[in-house]
Amino acid sequence: MADKITLEVFRYRPDDNSEPSFQKYMIPLQRDWVILDALNYIKDHIDGTLSYRWSCRMGICGSCGMMVNEKPVLTCAAFLENLIPGPVRIEPLENFPVVRDLVIDMRDFLEKLKRVKPWIIREQEDPAIEEYKQTPDQLADFKQYSMCINCMLCYSACPVYGLEPEFTGPAVIALAQRYNMDNRDHGNSARMDALSDESGMWQCTFIGDCSKVCPKKVDPAGAIQRYKVHGANTWWKNLLLPWAKDK
Amino acid sequence: MDHISYESDVLIIGAGGAGLRAAIAVSEKDPKLKISIISKVYPMRSHTVSAEGGAAAVIKDNDSLDDHAYDTISGGDWMTDQDAVEIFVREAPKEMIRLEHWGCPWSRQKDGKVAVRPFGGMKKKRTWFAADKTGFHMLHTLFQTSLKYSQIQRFDEWFVTRLLVDDGRCQGAVALEISTGQIAAIKAKSVIICSGGAGKVFPFTTNANIKTGDGMAIAYRAGVPLKDMEFVQYHPTGLPFTGILITEACRAEGGHLLNKNGYRYLQDYDLGKPEPRPVLRSMELGPRDRLSQAFVQEREKGQTLEGPYGDYVHLDLRHLGKKIINEKLPFVRELCLKYENIDPIKEMIPVRPVVHYMMGGIDTDIHGATALSGLFAAGECACVSINGANRLGSNSLTELLVFGARAGESAANFALNQNGSSKGLDFLYKNELKRLNKQFLNRTGGTEKIVDIRKAMHHVMENGAGIYRTEVALSDAQNEIQELKSKFKNLRISDTSKTFNTELVGSLELSCLLDIAESVIQSALFRKESRGSHQRSDFKNRDDANYLSHSLAYRNKNGAPEIKYQPVAITKWPPGERIYGK
Ligand SMILES: Cc1cc2nc3c(=O)[nH]c(=O)nc-3n(C[C@H](O)[C@H](O)[C@H](O)COP(=O)(O)OP(=O)(O)OC[C@H]3O[C@@H](n4cnc5c(N)ncnc54)[C@H](O)[C@@H]3O)c2cc1C
Ligand code: SF4
Ligand code: FES
Repeated sequence: MADKITLEVFRYRPDDNSEPSFQKYMIPLQRDWVILDALNYIKDHIDGTLSYRWSCRMGICGSCGMMVNEKPVLTCAAFLENLIPGPVRIEPLENFPVVRDLVIDMRDFLEKLKRVKPWIIREQEDPAIEEYKQTPDQLADFKQYSMCINCMLCYSACPVYGLEPEFTGPAVIALAQRYNMDNRDHGNSARMDALSDESGMWQCTFIGDCSKVCPKKVDPAGAIQRYKVHGANTWWKNLLLPWAKDK
Repeated sequence: MDHISYESDVLIIGAGGAGLRAAIAVSEKDPKLKISIISKVYPMRSHTVSAEGGAAAVIKDNDSLDDHAYDTISGGDWMTDQDAVEIFVREAPKEMIRLEHWGCPWSRQKDGKVAVRPFGGMKKKRTWFAADKTGFHMLHTLFQTSLKYSQIQRFDEWFVTRLLVDDGRCQGAVALEISTGQIAAIKAKSVIICSGGAGKVFPFTTNANIKTGDGMAIAYRAGVPLKDMEFVQYHPTGLPFTGILITEACRAEGGHLLNKNGYRYLQDYDLGKPEPRPVLRSMELGPRDRLSQAFVQEREKGQTLEGPYGDYVHLDLRHLGKKIINEKLPFVRELCLKYENIDPIKEMIPVRPVVHYMMGGIDTDIHGATALSGLFAAGECACVSINGANRLGSNSLTELLVFGARAGESAANFALNQNGSSKGLDFLYKNELKRLNKQFLNRTGGTEKIVDIRKAMHHVMENGAGIYRTEVALSDAQNEIQELKSKFKNLRISDTSKTFNTELVGSLELSCLLDIAESVIQSALFRKESRGSHQRSDFKNRDDANYLSHSLAYRNKNGAPEIKYQPVAITKWPPGERIYGK
């Protein structure tokens, strides 16, 4: 195994008025290092000015997503060893504005998340005396969609979001589905309103790039597909059978 | 420099489990209250996200509140405040059910009721879990639920540097917006600190990069005492390089800890006899501190294995079989495969004790109130204390809910009884601007590197204030931390950008870590007994006559910690012995 590898890291500092550029760093190659360990090595020992986000280093906080050789990945879950001989190109997640270096602006996601009401909606919350019942099968209906760590990889991979930033996007739709399919929830139609004038969803061609890059197997493409079918049905029902309420 | 200020009724510092629960409690108390919640990372990145195992609350018929209380108190080696524990176990079920009503995907029994699992130190099965991603699901449920309250204003990726204290009352904080470098005063009628733990003072830790004790340090600098800082919990099973935690659930399912001879060494340390099936409170399911201490003794006997990142032992799950591992412990398998390149179905997992949890923290009463009027605290940064000298696994996630909600309620009540803010705040804000500019933002020169000071601090803490401690080692450690503090004054910050300057954030965090390290060492130095996680080789026994009291570290005029004591609250369980494996 080679003992060094070169990283080409995207650099951009808006307060410098400088153009974005790539900076090369040669770092020691260690078997158990993930890409994030290499960035931390650079930060500690070579260049303290490199900025990026990270926290858990165990693939669960969702903060360390970047483009590595043009693919969106969690940098704490990708071994360097698999990228030999390099050089390895590291860029901020695609389809987002760049704040600085490898840090993207993800406020758009949070705005959209709120719009689909990602919380349990009931006419009234029961007093906290007993749990609502949910069988393991009912849990399994939505469990997959509840696994999203908000890492934004799917947005980076999504061709529609790239062209039409208004698109609600894969993760938010999956999270809306997570609540729609929860037997404790009665908010289906409230959420439908938020998505009904959604033009982006109908442009989604089900290429499924979002599901391919998702590190948590959430399958947002599947969620979108279900939404489309369900959405079409609901629209049709509301038009022709206004008394037929969903759920 | 522009002067920027925001006004709110209640300011919450930290948006992990405790902070979000507090925010919802304030919202429910009175919808008119305006809430600001500041977090140095996006809320769903908070460290609560990494908790795996579960959250304890009595829910099954064969269990009782007294049982939960007793396990907690004896597990904490009688350093817990029993009035706080009684409230905790009483309110825990209700809080957990509320979280269920908000959508937390708890694992279930066939009949649709929530399932519970056994956990180290708990005599009955009472740990609720959401597969092995309990903290993740709790945090996302709380965060998503918080979105429905429009009165909550979030300050995402803002870093709090100081509390605003005037007229003897906490009235807000100064914070830096990381993305722009702007520094603002965020004024409020009451403030709750929910900033999490400080595991990053130690080298081997399960704690995420953000766990740097900032909130504890800013409270301490504002004159609030830190309680029981000597009690630092090690988790007996972390992966050596990354500190990634291999949850206790592995042992609850029947995993074995083996020394280099393949021997279940815990049987030599008064932890019961090896049985083929897991037995609650015995062997591998004994309390964490005892398991970590057994590791050190085993190492001294030369019975551990040596690896590139230090000594380790084996956690063996192979006999559980593929089905159980995949069904009950999928995340553990995923972690081992992804981060250590080991498949627990086929191979043993190398593990070692790693720092996991700070029992100590900002001293609060059962309402979450601190000694400073208007300031409240909850969660891992606080010490109420239900964790005493050793926290029981799966109590702290529940603690976030119970005491997050309580602190929220108290802070809301406090805010409702206050009028405006006092005049002196702007002056304090300007002073803080000056300090930050001088010490951090406009600093030039400086030769000391952040990484060197951080590493040296780790070394000092591991050697001086680790699993076993002595007078000599602690005194040395104290001197060394002083040296590091003076080196810190000569810190080199190479990044001068105002935009997302993570080197600046790192240096602010390091200054907090140094204060925390100092308070841990000093508190440990003064406690001349062994109790729970605090083990002194020079004072091997528990000494109730002299030390059945909480330590309180106050920051004196010279910036050094001064230790005082306060009695432990005992209601109905007189101090007894901690007995395991019987
Ligand atoms: C790997 C692991 C597994 C665990 N498993 C379990 C378990 O199974 N069961 C259990 O009961 N407990 C478990 N714990 C413990 C438990 O997870 C933590 O104690 C708990 O989540 C802490 O929550 P918190 O809300 O107090 O703080 P955190 O979730 O750490 O949140 C702290 C918040 O404060 C903010 N903050 C900090 N400093 C600043 C600043 N200067 N300015 C602005 N914001 C700031 C952060 O951004 C964050 O939002 C585990 C811990 C670890 C490390
Ligand atoms: S759906 Fe998957 S890829 Fe998209 S944000 Fe969630 S976890 Fe990340
Ligand atoms: S650092 Fe948390 S997901 Fe990578």
